Amino acid sequence: MTDQARIRNFSIIAHIDHGKSTLADRLLERTGAVSQRDMREQILDTMDLERERGITIKAQTVRLPYKSPAGEEFVLNLIDTPGHVDFSYEVSRSLAACEGALLLVDAAQGVQAQTLANAYLAIDAGLEVIPAVNKIDLAAANPDAAAQELAGILGGSPDDVLRLSAKTGEGVDDLLEALVKEVPAPTGDLDAPLRALVFDSYFDAYRGVVCYVRVVDGSLGSGDSLRFMVTGEVHEADEIGWLTPKAVPVGRLGPGEVGFLITGVKEIDRIRVGDTITTARSPATRPLPGYDEPKPMVFSGIFPTDGDDFEKLREALEKLRLNDASLVWQPETSKALGFGFRCGFLGLLHMEIVRERLEREYDLDLVTTAPSVAYRVILPDGGEEEIRSPQDLPDPTERRGISEPYVKAMIIAPSDFVGPIMELATGRRGIVGGMKYITPERVELDFEIPLGEIVFDFFDLLKSKTKGYASLDYEPAGYKESDLVKVDILLNGQPVDAFSSIVHRDAADAYGRKMTGRLRELIPRQLFDVPIQAAIGGKIIARETVRAKRKDVTAKCYGGDVTRKKKLLQRQKEGKKRMKMVGSVEVPQEAFVAALQVDEES
Amino acid sequence: MSPAGVDSFAASAAAYVHVPFCSAVCPYCDFAVVAGKDELADRYVAAVCSEIERSEMWRPLDAVYLGGGTPSHIDPSLLARIVDALGNRHGIAAEAEVSLEANPEDFDVDRACRLRAIGFNRVSFGAQSFDPGVLASLGRRHGPSEIVSSAGAARDAGFENLSLDLIFGTPGEGSWAATLARAVDLQPDHISCYALTVERGTPLGRAVSIGAPAPDPDVQASDYELAADRLQKAGYLRYEVSNWARPGHECRYNLTVWAQGDYLAFGNGAHGHRDGVRFRNIRRVEAYIDAVERGECPRAGEEKLSGWDAEIDRLFVGLRREAGVIAGRGGAALVEDPEGKRLLDAGVLALADGRLRVGNPLLGDEVLRAVIDLKAPEVRENRVRADIVSNNA
Repeated sequence: MTDQARIRNFSIIAHIDHGKSTLADRLLERTGAVSQRDMREQILDTMDLERERGITIKAQTVRLPYKSPAGEEFVLNLIDTPGHVDFSYEVSRSLAACEGALLLVDAAQGVQAQTLANAYLAIDAGLEVIPAVNKIDLAAANPDAAAQELAGILGGSPDDVLRLSAKTGEGVDDLLEALVKEVPAPTGDLDAPLRALVFDSYFDAYRGVVCYVRVVDGSLGSGDSLRFMVTGEVHEADEIGWLTPKAVPVGRLGPGEVGFLITGVKEIDRIRVGDTITTARSPATRPLPGYDEPKPMVFSGIFPTDGDDFEKLREALEKLRLNDASLVWQPETSKALGFGFRCGFLGLLHMEIVRERLEREYDLDLVTTAPSVAYRVILPDGGEEEIRSPQDLPDPTERRGISEPYVKAMIIAPSDFVGPIMELATGRRGIVGGMKYITPERVELDFEIPLGEIVFDFFDLLKSKTKGYASLDYEPAGYKESDLVKVDILLNGQPVDAFSSIVHRDAADAYGRKMTGRLRELIPRQLFDVPIQAAIGGKIIARETVRAKRKDVTAKCYGGDVTRKKKLLQRQKEGKKRMKMVGSVEVPQEAFVAALQVDEES
Repeated sequence: MSPAGVDSFAASAAAYVHVPFCSAVCPYCDFAVVAGKDELADRYVAAVCSEIERSEMWRPLDAVYLGGGTPSHIDPSLLARIVDALGNRHGIAAEAEVSLEANPEDFDVDRACRLRAIGFNRVSFGAQSFDPGVLASLGRRHGPSEIVSSAGAARDAGFENLSLDLIFGTPGEGSWAATLARAVDLQPDHISCYALTVERGTPLGRAVSIGAPAPDPDVQASDYELAADRLQKAGYLRYEVSNWARPGHECRYNLTVWAQGDYLAFGNGAHGHRDGVRFRNIRRVEAYIDAVERGECPRAGEEKLSGWDAEIDRLFVGLRREAGVIAGRGGAALVEDPEGKRLLDAGVLALADGRLRVGNPLLGDEVLRAVIDLKAPEVRENRVRADIVSNNA
């Protein structure tokens, strides 16, 4: 066990690209946790996708041995957090296991909406927040302005804000000293009954469920019989240990310590993240405060292109869920796309990541439908029904109204862009609640907006209207009744359920024209004319036609061309496999989502 | 030509010889050609002759085709050595078609007479267009007047079988009808009309990839329909997607290819088909010469076709013909295939009198894409057994 006075548990809060993973690399290097030989970039981002996109999806934990210049030895537990709004629930879990948080801000970009939201989470959780400005080596860096912003948010003087470059290593030593001096040591009671927080878990094919735990009181020993206080399950501690970042088994974890626990449980659903572990023999009376389970916000249909892959898709989803308890789904049947699943996601990035992992890691060819939110239909008898797919919306005669989820959104941007942002938000039925100047140049805008209006292209539009300077964060803000209608799309006279969408009545005509126009671009020419119509109920509101193709033949095929031409046609045929037959019309898979994407010029 | 006549070319013996030399490479061309390497011609022809001499002895050839490149670009004496080598090794049938490709820019009466004397009796000119602007944008080095004088020279030298190649749908063309009219005025025996095709890796392909105008498929479709109409009125019958001929002047070498017949192939990048094997030679001219000079076989690869694959191949090459193919096992599978049914319903594919035809040649690739992946019908095994039984009986 490690002496609590020598332990410092902390998280790093940072916006995407503000250098959190690079700083983690530097800390691992400086403290010697990872030898130079094993060092690679973003060592804590283990998934391919995380490395490619430069984002952290899954929280990671590492124990860093640190010897101060004065010769004192400490253990620093870094609990890494994801930076994207979709994964903010993972942030609150990580914060619950810490006494301190490092608030890292890019010297060129300043405070962003997610950083701010997460900083408030840390302050509310009673953590000591250490502000730091990163990337001071950049030519465009303005560390003074960033420090000013941080001081304005957290109080204190800009001079007290740390300045560093995770890339060059400058300032990292000062940071380590600040962590030791400013983050409080844990103050657990070794003699009290065990209380340890499960702040994360993942599934290992050989070991089963691996829990990440933070011991608060008492101690956790290998072989102990453990009670999970919320679920009531009792399991033996098969193995406990530290993450250095390699898993190193130890006999016992004392108060304040962070490590892993393996119980032999194979089913991820039997372990609930946020649960409190105590011993079966002398249990604690009260569990630690838990936190809300993440709720899916965005729903989309996922269908295999080849109907025979349905079972393969189900298995893949089940495997993904082993490491992503927030992923939920139920079977869905579409006339156009066959059998698939309606999946719930935390947000758009989450949806994109799940889709990409299904295709890459499980070799599936998928059609994804446009994302939607969960609407509540008010039935004639006054009751309510939740629908997660536009095709489930009852006819107008069988409903009294529809209410939709709203969110409280926060946008931080340079003040020059207030006009375009307001225009965008009000155009999407947003109601501006307030505007605060963080500094004379940067402003925070708060408003309420229907979630359905921001799930698709809002963030892309926001970025393009603000030259990439705006950041967005949001949280659920209840349901409100709205005048919503279902717009159907007909191909060759047949409604295609997967294209149906629920939109506000005032926006329906424009939506119908945009969809039919986009589909005309996306659907390749076929052997016959394909009319594309948008309709509300039986009323056509927009129409376009994909003209029949006239020429599809190679000019030459002589003795020398036979083999080559076969190969060429074979390649074209592979391309056609990325098409879905909808009635008699071939529709590219991408069309089901791309039809809604923003046009370049808008 | 009657469907039976077209099919009979499956039994003819043909040979293709590649002559890669050109005065310049046209920007749209992706054949195995070289420009500015005429000094290689002697060694190249020697290599081709040696490849011919080493080929397995066959029977007198019904059709010989010298393609390129520009066979007319090198000295006729070199072409004579090639024709002689073929004659010595395999023989050339008395009524054989002996054809070569020529460019109007280097063709006159003297050359025409020398070629006739060697034994060539068919010449195919790369005329492409009668519009000087189109010819310039195609990178051609001749004008309309050279086409007229070359055709005249060929006729004067006694060529009774004359063909013109034309290209339509060059962006900004606008003169296709006039080109067709001028071509017909020359009264060739055979006309090939090709839609300008942008091939990857060519100068044209690169230009289009960075924004140069690409041919418009709808304009090309209209151009094609115009050609079909004008040529038919002038007495030319379409016998393949891009080929029209006065009756009896169809290209016999090409008919052999499309009937899945056997044709030998010599020279760099040449492709042949013999005894159920499609084979190809090394594409780069120097590498080809080196291989032959070292005494090696210059083949770069081959594809054996037997059973079901050969049946698919038969449909694949044969369906480009106006006569189509005898439906056979492949056709039976195609009309049962969902894709084949869709094409039948749409009128792109037609089945009549046991023959399968592409009803709309402009959509021929739709049919061929359905053909390439056809699976053998499951009753196949039973049928083989029935054959065995009947053979034994």
